[in-house]
Amino acid sequence: MSTAHETTGIKSWLTTVDHKRIGILYGGSAFLFFLIGGCEALLIRWQLRAPEQNFLTPEMYNQLFTMHGTSMIFLGIMPLSAMFFNYIIPLQIGARDVAFPRLNAFSFWTFLVGGLLLNVSFLFNAAPNAGWFGYANLTSKQYSPGLNTDFWVSGLQILGIASLAAAVNFTVTILNLRAKGMGMLRLPVFTWMSLITQILLLLSFPIITVALVMLMYDRFFGSSFFSPGGGGDPLLWQHLFWLFGHPEVYILIMPAFGIISEILPVFSRKPLFGYTAMVFSGCFIAFLGFGVWSHHMFAVGMGPVADSVFALMTMLIAVPTGVKVFNWIGTVWGGSLQMKTPMYFALGFIAMFIIGGLSGVMHAVAPADLQQTDSYFVVAHFHYVMFGGSIFSLVAGAYYWWPKMFGRMLSETLGKVHFWLMMIGFNLTFFPMHFLGLHGMPRRVYTYADGLGFNLSNLAATVGAFIIAASFAVFLWNIIKTWRGPANAPADPWNGATLEWSIPSPPQHFNFAELPVVEARDAWWHEKRKRGAPMPEPKHVAEDAVHMPNPSWWPLVTSTGIAIFFVGLLLGVSLPVILLGGATVLVGIYGWAFEPAFS
Amino acid sequence: MNVLKSAVLRPMRLLRVALPALLLVALAGCLGDSATYPQSTLFPKGDFAKMVDELFMTTVWWALAVFILVEGVLVYAIWKFRGRPGEAEPTQTHGNTMLEIVWTIIPAAILAFIAVPTVRTIWRTSEAPGRDALVVEVIGHQWWFEFRYPEYGIVTANELRVPLGRTIDLRLTTKDVIHSFWVPQFAGKRDMIARHTNHFWFTAADTGVFTGQCAEFCGTQHARMSFHVVSQDSAGFAAWVAGQKSPLVDSTMSRDSLYQAGKTAFMAAGCIGCHAMAGQPTGNLVDLVGPNLSHVGGRHFLVAGMLPNTDDNLARWLRDPNAVKEGSLMKLPRPLTEGEITALVHYLRAHR
Repeated sequence: MSTAHETTGIKSWLTTVDHKRIGILYGGSAFLFFLIGGCEALLIRWQLRAPEQNFLTPEMYNQLFTMHGTSMIFLGIMPLSAMFFNYIIPLQIGARDVAFPRLNAFSFWTFLVGGLLLNVSFLFNAAPNAGWFGYANLTSKQYSPGLNTDFWVSGLQILGIASLAAAVNFTVTILNLRAKGMGMLRLPVFTWMSLITQILLLLSFPIITVALVMLMYDRFFGSSFFSPGGGGDPLLWQHLFWLFGHPEVYILIMPAFGIISEILPVFSRKPLFGYTAMVFSGCFIAFLGFGVWSHHMFAVGMGPVADSVFALMTMLIAVPTGVKVFNWIGTVWGGSLQMKTPMYFALGFIAMFIIGGLSGVMHAVAPADLQQTDSYFVVAHFHYVMFGGSIFSLVAGAYYWWPKMFGRMLSETLGKVHFWLMMIGFNLTFFPMHFLGLHGMPRRVYTYADGLGFNLSNLAATVGAFIIAASFAVFLWNIIKTWRGPANAPADPWNGATLEWSIPSPPQHFNFAELPVVEARDAWWHEKRKRGAPMPEPKHVAEDAVHMPNPSWWPLVTSTGIAIFFVGLLLGVSLPVILLGGATVLVGIYGWAFEPAFS
Repeated sequence: MNVLKSAVLRPMRLLRVALPALLLVALAGCLGDSATYPQSTLFPKGDFAKMVDELFMTTVWWALAVFILVEGVLVYAIWKFRGRPGEAEPTQTHGNTMLEIVWTIIPAAILAFIAVPTVRTIWRTSEAPGRDALVVEVIGHQWWFEFRYPEYGIVTANELRVPLGRTIDLRLTTKDVIHSFWVPQFAGKRDMIARHTNHFWFTAADTGVFTGQCAEFCGTQHARMSFHVVSQDSAGFAAWVAGQKSPLVDSTMSRDSLYQAGKTAFMAAGCIGCHAMAGQPTGNLVDLVGPNLSHVGGRHFLVAGMLPNTDDNLARWLRDPNAVKEGSLMKLPRPLTEGEITALVHYLRAHR
């Protein structure tokens, strides 16, 4: 009954369990949230363009910087990575879908619900306002009586469910659905780094979940895990948060490492330098990532033993990270560089990530960090890693896989204009922030006094931020312009190394008419070499040739139930609404369990 | 359009302009002095900050060397290996174990050169200050700093007076949420956490007025939670201590009718509900909600470092605290009359 797979119309999107469509849904909504987060950044920069401005009230500013951080991390970079996990991983490993297609849909809808809940808070003038790491005891009912922090706790809790479900799904997918012959050391590096990301998610999200549950109890039911008044300790939150928060940093950057490791070989026309070292350095970084959380807390006063241990552990991370950077340069070295837009962004990533890495080592120097922490220096540092690193890489990935996902080639000229505007805007915005921090400007301030030497750098940062905005306008224009053109991208426009380039652009519903058999790393290059002549364009086969899972409403129903549940909490613990939410979740899971996955 | 196109498609030309420009910006950031950057960590005025600065600069030189080397190799590789049309496939190298071992060891070695002084400085800065250090208790409040000198029985707010050359032994905590004590020119940051007493120290090596700032986000007015450190020679400091301990203004003041009106207004308008004030029934109370106002006239700034201490600024503040510092927890029980404001300004600023 393959006619059930409708391909157009709203219903087909609401019920889809196709990993490619879910990937596009992730990408579209994450890009929208990313643009919202970007607008928040522009408002912040406009307020800070000069000293003593009143463009924003302190309260509005605090909401905006909190939402900017929360959005960019949880609603921007993470789900943009999830877009590539969804779309690319099954294609790279030669699978027809993920291991649990309906769970995949559930992850997406739950993510969307969490993102919307966080953002509707603006409509109630109650957007979260205690910073993205929500330090206790500022988040207690006593010091944050409004709904702001409730929105934050609920939103993050929902997003955590989505991330955990997705992590289980992709871990199983990568381990179990690999094509025949694709041993772990033949896995494309993007998929490898994604696997590491999933394991980081699996191990670190339960920690933030527990911390958020404790905070919910403090706020909704008057417990005092973090309130000193009732015997709790605000410091407990910091340890729990960063025990999650530092692995989270690697959750944000690992997919970027993977994307870069795919693009550099293809556009250098030679394989990744030191594949094994790349894989194991990734594992090593992830492992160490769980042992450095307190480097976010040097100013807390943990004593010299803890400070020394965390400083040394943090410095140690620079070694495997350095190996990665050198191996990337080793990949470029001796190659024949095809300077296409994805390659521009990938090389830009290396150049910018080096700066973020070096300032990271400066932060590891604990006594020096006492000056840098909570100053603009750290704002500069993590933007070099998160923007210069993750965003550059995600954009590189977008240009690289765009033809595969949408069957259209993006304009090279516009792509390069995008690159240079973003490169210049980014550095103009964030490089001066190093000096702002060193000259004593604290972060998270809605204004600053005149006469402290902060004016020029802040003005530069504001100009830079608008140049970044312009670069994304060019990107949007590129998308719109290309969208109007014909969908005529070839299956393998870049001479790709991995299996996704062996099938039509965009791929058919079932990806592979025949499941591939893998004989070597860089499987598609291997196939092409074996043949010795250019590969013919892959042919489309009849859509009903392969049986694929049925679409389903139940994931959406279950996610909606979760949303209702948390809305009940936000309505001042309204029991009927909470019960309705719980019942909807149960109905959703029941229907899901007894619905045949295949017809 | 052609210019744009050629710039975009010939990146090396753009780099030739962009790189020197970036270096120039970097250089401009380093130049200057403590007059241009009065809150800078790069111009330390105390032993703690100097130790940190030395360590930081060691790291900076290493980082700069690595930066120039690695970015240099990267840019060179991009230029050298740029593909030409019709070029044959390059040699398919998969790695080089020797090379990879070398570039694992070299960064590790460089890190050792940073790690050793780091650990040494961690332990040095964690040493307890000597017994002859001046103990100051620092208490954070939303959004101001309280300073107590147990040795002298002095309580003050938003202005930390220190004697030149004598180590200050800070005991930090908070009345509400987490704050962080930061005077960049004297030392790094130390958080102030409820139910914890944190330790920190610095010794001023220069006299003058220095700025400090709360460095942990603490709610609406985090940005306006600053303070000043006034460093004086020992004679000047001793004179300040003596002044703080004598609650009386001179006798001509106390016969002054405006002064008396202010004194009455302080009680009648409800200021006394939150503020300790010499000569008032709250004169010796501690742990009140608002800052101690005895000798407020002698402070350099008002409203947690925000406004210079002048008649006009104090009047502006008393007229509507929320208009000056939105969200301020200073709530007037009732609006003050202009007469009361004039009298209060006179009265408060008389106490130096």
